[in-house]
Amino acid sequence: MRIECPYCGPRGAEEFVYTQDAERARPTDGGASPTEDWAAYVYLRDNLPGARREYWYHQGGCRAWLKVTRDVSTHEILKVELP
Amino acid sequence: MSGFRMATGGLVDRATPVRFRFDGRAYEGFAGDTLASALLANGVTLFGRSFKYHRPRGVLSAGAEEPNALVDVREGAWREPNTRATMVEIFDGLSARSQNRVGGLTHDVMAVNGLLAPLLAAGFYYKTFMWPAAFWERLYEPVIRRAAGLGRASGLPDPDIYEKTTEFCDCLVVGAGADGVAAANEAAKTAPRVLLVDEYAPLGPAPVLAENVKFLPRTTVFATYDGDYAALERLSDHLPSGPGPRQRLVRIVAGRCVLATGALERPLLFGHNDRPGVMLADAVATYLARYGVAPGREAVVFLNHDTPARLIGALAAAGVAVNAVVDTRPGSSALVHEAARAAGVPVFAGAVVTRALGGLAVRGAEIRQANGSVLRIRADLIANSGGFTPNISLTTHLGAKPVWDEGIAAFKAGALPAGMSVVGKAAGEGINPGIRAHWHGGQFAGKSFVDFQNDVTVKDVALAVREGFVSPEHVKRYTTLGMATDQGKTANVNALGVLAQMTGQEIAELAGPRARPPYVPVAIGALVGAHRGAEFRPVRRTPTHEFAEALGAKFIEVGPWLRAQYYPRGAEDWLAAAQREVNIVRGKVGFCDVTTLGKIDIQGPDAVVLLERVYANGWANLPVGRVRYGLMLREDGFAMDDGTTARLSDTQFVMTTTTANAGRVMQHLEFCARVLWPELDVALMSVTDQWAQLSVAGPKSLAVLRKLADEPSLIDDEALPYMGCKALTIAGGTPARIFRISFSGERAYEIAVPARYGNGLARALMAAGEEFGIAPYGTEALGIMRIEKGHPAGPEFNGQTTAHDLGLARLLSRKKEFVGRAMAARAALCDPARPALVGLRPVRAGDVIRAGAHVLPEGAPLTVAHDQGWVSSAARSPSLGSIGLAMLRNGPARLGEVVRVYDPVRAGNFLAEVVAPVQYDPEGSRLYA
Repeated sequence: MRIECPYCGPRGAEEFVYTQDAERARPTDGGASPTEDWAAYVYLRDNLPGARREYWYHQGGCRAWLKVTRDVSTHEILKVELP
Repeated sequence: MSGFRMATGGLVDRATPVRFRFDGRAYEGFAGDTLASALLANGVTLFGRSFKYHRPRGVLSAGAEEPNALVDVREGAWREPNTRATMVEIFDGLSARSQNRVGGLTHDVMAVNGLLAPLLAAGFYYKTFMWPAAFWERLYEPVIRRAAGLGRASGLPDPDIYEKTTEFCDCLVVGAGADGVAAANEAAKTAPRVLLVDEYAPLGPAPVLAENVKFLPRTTVFATYDGDYAALERLSDHLPSGPGPRQRLVRIVAGRCVLATGALERPLLFGHNDRPGVMLADAVATYLARYGVAPGREAVVFLNHDTPARLIGALAAAGVAVNAVVDTRPGSSALVHEAARAAGVPVFAGAVVTRALGGLAVRGAEIRQANGSVLRIRADLIANSGGFTPNISLTTHLGAKPVWDEGIAAFKAGALPAGMSVVGKAAGEGINPGIRAHWHGGQFAGKSFVDFQNDVTVKDVALAVREGFVSPEHVKRYTTLGMATDQGKTANVNALGVLAQMTGQEIAELAGPRARPPYVPVAIGALVGAHRGAEFRPVRRTPTHEFAEALGAKFIEVGPWLRAQYYPRGAEDWLAAAQREVNIVRGKVGFCDVTTLGKIDIQGPDAVVLLERVYANGWANLPVGRVRYGLMLREDGFAMDDGTTARLSDTQFVMTTTTANAGRVMQHLEFCARVLWPELDVALMSVTDQWAQLSVAGPKSLAVLRKLADEPSLIDDEALPYMGCKALTIAGGTPARIFRISFSGERAYEIAVPARYGNGLARALMAAGEEFGIAPYGTEALGIMRIEKGHPAGPEFNGQTTAHDLGLARLLSRKKEFVGRAMAARAALCDPARPALVGLRPVRAGDVIRAGAHVLPEGAPLTVAHDQGWVSSAARSPSLGSIGLAMLRNGPARLGEVVRVYDPVRAGNFLAEVVAPVQYDPEGSRLYA
């Protein structure tokens, strides 16, 4: 599997680490109150087939954080962008 | 004795004889021979015994699909079992043995398994050995493991060297037959880099290739992954064991890929179709043409399509008598009749071979003619072909299903992975002319094997169907069909045909065979490559490694690092050495390499904003030249890491992390800076490896450092108070940073110099501290002092503890936003009843607290229901004796209570008193000593 890093060009997937789902936006700070939004952001993940947006970190390369759109059924990388 | 070397012909080098041994006997072949061709040339027909029934087996094929002729090659640690004799190139001194026999190959004692066949039928594991359950491990399994099975591993470490590499190409062509060579040359016209690989040894004239085609022979592409291919290049399997690498794992990154992998022949099924001497027709043709070997003297050719017609003439030309051609097709075909007439051979059309005659080798074939009459024909070779199947394993690795093509009675590739195309026979072109599918002609006498390697017969498939297993996947699992090391390359399509016929389905309705990587067995050593033993991963040595090594330090792996654990003197054990080192620090002065703690340089106008958001406590008011302890939470509110961060200027900080979390914290900070708050003007850089950092601790630490500092007054207490930091030069101009922080609880300084000065700094400290009795200390002493001072570390920051649990709740700022703020406020995370950090001390002298022990109320029964926590860290303090840190329910409210420390695994069961986590110098007065 290859991921096209905007800085380094196409590199082997082993240089990157998947870290988390990029579908949910982080709630804005609302003080020390554990709201439903925060619980959803931290714990809830949609496990659906098809194209999903994910955060990948180019750990073995330029250390850029990337927002990768990947078809989780076929592993096809559809889009790579800076967050 | 049946096979022989023809007087002429073949591509082997007849001028270069090669001597080798099989089962202890000496043989001779030619350079270019495989073990199979050389043994056949010497008249050997019997190669081994089968998996379950120990039936005699010979060679079925001439290639990678071989299910029968599995042998054990080389000696000692180099011995490799289950090697296909058809793929072993012979060399002078090669030694091979047949396997899965008890006693001699011709008189295998375990052949009695053949008589036990009713017990060993499909599903025998599930049925026969179920009762009594206790017998399985003690009796059944060892006996079955011995009786059934194939070769045995040497049991010794693999002495070979393996390599890994990556090949990049615009076009990969798999298979260097005529189609593959043509495809490679065609691709080379437009693609700058073409890679052509072929599984077999080069033999005969080299292919004529364009300049930009790189050719790798003896290389098997064994897997299709997402955009990459994996291949195994056999560098020296064809040579005597030597110092060079044996195999190379090649990852191929290809713009596109052309499969020219040809087609694999499938056998026809009849009784005793596994007898040595029953071979695939195309394999026979290969032995004649490629190796100049005739595998028998009198042949019967059994077919259901026109391709083997060519073999009739080839056998006759080689001096092999063809005694009959048996064609399942009514009327046979003009092509077959013509070839047979030219060779003077009778054709039995609409007939079948019902069984092979003979025991250890074929002696004849029993034929049932179209009119039902039966006759026997003498033969030592039954060359048979049920048609070809495109070799499309690599198209199925990502899950695509093959599709049935009725016209050629074969499965072709279905949906192809992106960038892959299939050409030639692999695409079903030109195969199986005139075929009429023939699966099995009824129940003949003798076993009809569908899967040779796993000993699965037509009857086993029938049994599975009778018992309700009618889906191909269920039949496969129940009978183990297709599950051997050959992945059923010669078996799968026949099995589907037989199953379709038995269940009255069309074969097109059944799921075509899909394979998983690897296409052929791959040695684990090749996948591991150089990463084993000491080379398993890179060793990170600290900048004072040479210094510590020269002093005889014992080292320990800490995360990716090798750190000095203790510095034994004389006959000291680890405990005596560590306690002495603690006493030196507490009484005089010691130093320890703390380089391994992660160091992150944070710069920019918004550096302080980032710190405010990643740490739970406040940073805005930290003056330049000061250091602060910080606690970091995860977004879910649990504690992630801690450490100190120093403010070097308005816009520059240097953060330290724990050794274990250095990488994770860096990743987290960059996530925060780049993803969560990209508007922040801040840059981050890991400088862990750039600075050697040594902690100098003890009442004499300042005295020692004053001798090193170029301007000693800069580090006096007025200029550098506790939790102060500054840049300075030491030892005559060496740039350094000094941080007055303490992990040991003593007056202490961490001094950082560019990493290349690490060993020099350690030696300079030794020299400057000699008059004060200085000594280096290792991670054991560090750990003892850490526990004496009640600092939570890795065992407490275990990902399940909160700021409250660790006694750090006061650090949770109420004035600002920070990662984890919202979720840390969950009631359950602040519940005082949660296990929280306390100290423990045994009530009775002599009891030793061990980490991992459970903590229960004094009088409670020793059951899980009464478990109230665990000992997270334990130490043998030279001044306090055995002490521990524990996570105890409602712990801080229970100081003074006596609890039970229970360690059922290591027979620990005694009472201890709950005390405050800080057990040494609770007032902290020694920081200023």
